[in-house]
Amino acid sequence: MTVEAVAETIRVEGARILATLIRTVGDVQIAEDAVQEAVVSALAAWPVSGVPPQPRAWLTVTARRKAIDILRREQARRGKEEEGGRMIDLARSDLPSDAVVHDDLLRLIFTCCHPTLSPPTQVALALRTLCGLSPAQIAGVLLTTEAATEKRLTRARQKIAAARIPYRVPPPDELPDRLPAVCAVIHSLYTAGHAPVGGGSAVDVDACAEAVRLAELLHGLLPDQPTPAAVLALLLLTEARRPARLSATGEVVTLDRQDRSHWSGAAIARGIALLNASLHASSRRADAYQLQAAIAAEHARAASYDGTDWPEIVRLYDLLMSVAPSPAAGLARAVAVAEAAGTDAGLALLAGLPPSPRWHAVRADLLARAGRYAEAVAALTASLDGPATDPERRHRTRRLAELRELV
Amino acid sequence: MPQYLALTYTADVDWWAPEQAAELAEYRRFAVDHAGSLRASAVLHPTATATVVRVEGARGGRVVTTDGPYAETKEALTGYYLIEAADLDEAVAVAAEIPAAWGGAVEVRPVIVAK
Repeated sequence: MTVEAVAETIRVEGARILATLIRTVGDVQIAEDAVQEAVVSALAAWPVSGVPPQPRAWLTVTARRKAIDILRREQARRGKEEEGGRMIDLARSDLPSDAVVHDDLLRLIFTCCHPTLSPPTQVALALRTLCGLSPAQIAGVLLTTEAATEKRLTRARQKIAAARIPYRVPPPDELPDRLPAVCAVIHSLYTAGHAPVGGGSAVDVDACAEAVRLAELLHGLLPDQPTPAAVLALLLLTEARRPARLSATGEVVTLDRQDRSHWSGAAIARGIALLNASLHASSRRADAYQLQAAIAAEHARAASYDGTDWPEIVRLYDLLMSVAPSPAAGLARAVAVAEAAGTDAGLALLAGLPPSPRWHAVRADLLARAGRYAEAVAALTASLDGPATDPERRHRTRRLAELRELV
Repeated sequence: MPQYLALTYTADVDWWAPEQAAELAEYRRFAVDHAGSLRASAVLHPTATATVVRVEGARGGRVVTTDGPYAETKEALTGYYLIEAADLDEAVAVAAEIPAAWGGAVEVRPVIVAK
């Protein structure tokens, strides 16, 4: 097994182990340190000795031993006796049941997404503890530096411990207030995996899978709550089209050229059913997740790109922009308008939006469609002057060469 | 039991002034309602009465006092409550009952308790 594969196994198991260890130890920092030390041991041992038959058991027991070591060091430093209870729990070698881990993961979700933490801190904590991403990877997602991310995480752990942010799932009457924050974090996790700003692959499979799993967990616990159902629907509908987004050689395939037979019909059907249930369960006007899921559902329903109901998609984007305006939604709306009302209408909308690498790429596409190839070349060249994933960059470079032929 | 200092930030008013009587009564009601979880409290005179003390260099250096600071911002520190609560959720629930929470803001800070 390669070092990378070992690291991947550890990353997947880490969140489960951490979630239960935080409850046992009662301290995020100590639990994280213990899991980290267990990970270091695994990374040193496994590439040489091979991955043990039950890596989860190995990591769980090792992390508990490391936690005992850390607690003993603490108690020697403070000159006080450690209360016996948690030491006995940590000395156990049996694994917690899936049901226990399930609850602990939810506790961890609600603690990471506690309203007394700032939204970027919530995302950073979730990426660190639930997805096992490194501070450098999180910095990439949050568009900040590794040092700033480290500082943010340290402050968050300090606050959780000192201010005693409780490690529990909120009571039912508080859930409606607490859920939007949790859903925002899950959606960010998915976005981080699905559309990373830079890096080797267009899609980070495990962050997406982790986000879907968390969305499943949340929806499973609260099947009658509309927001988790909508988030899960959105993730499934997006995930359903993922196999067609990249070619066999890892190249970007744009929506108009995707082989729709590669879309997952089962995921689409489930996503649409969840969306309908979510809309049915909510009495308020549609929220951002329901609208984004509805847009994804429109795309998923269309038999072909030309068969897409663009006026309906424009209508949904209009609603989305009134509920939750964002640069990404503005760009997507401009593309939809170009399809529904013509390229010039799309370009006119774009002119009123703030430029970004993605903005230049969309503009290049619309200019090319209008036959304005020289301007398209200039726009696409500008789009390459900024962060993009490697496949996306290759796609734009290829497209640039095509456009130059047409000038 | 953990303790939290709830610092109230409100308009920089003179609580003795007759026009503050109704609001002061609201604070008293809060204190009575939550007597079980309050360990200490104080209402402060306006910032106009404040003095900042600094010692130059090190201990024993020249004592420098300055008048103020007058509140330049809309909200000033006008009082505090020492709350005892099981966790931050409980502390926030109590803090949310302090009239300053809707007339201004309440900053909740965990108190270091010797272990």
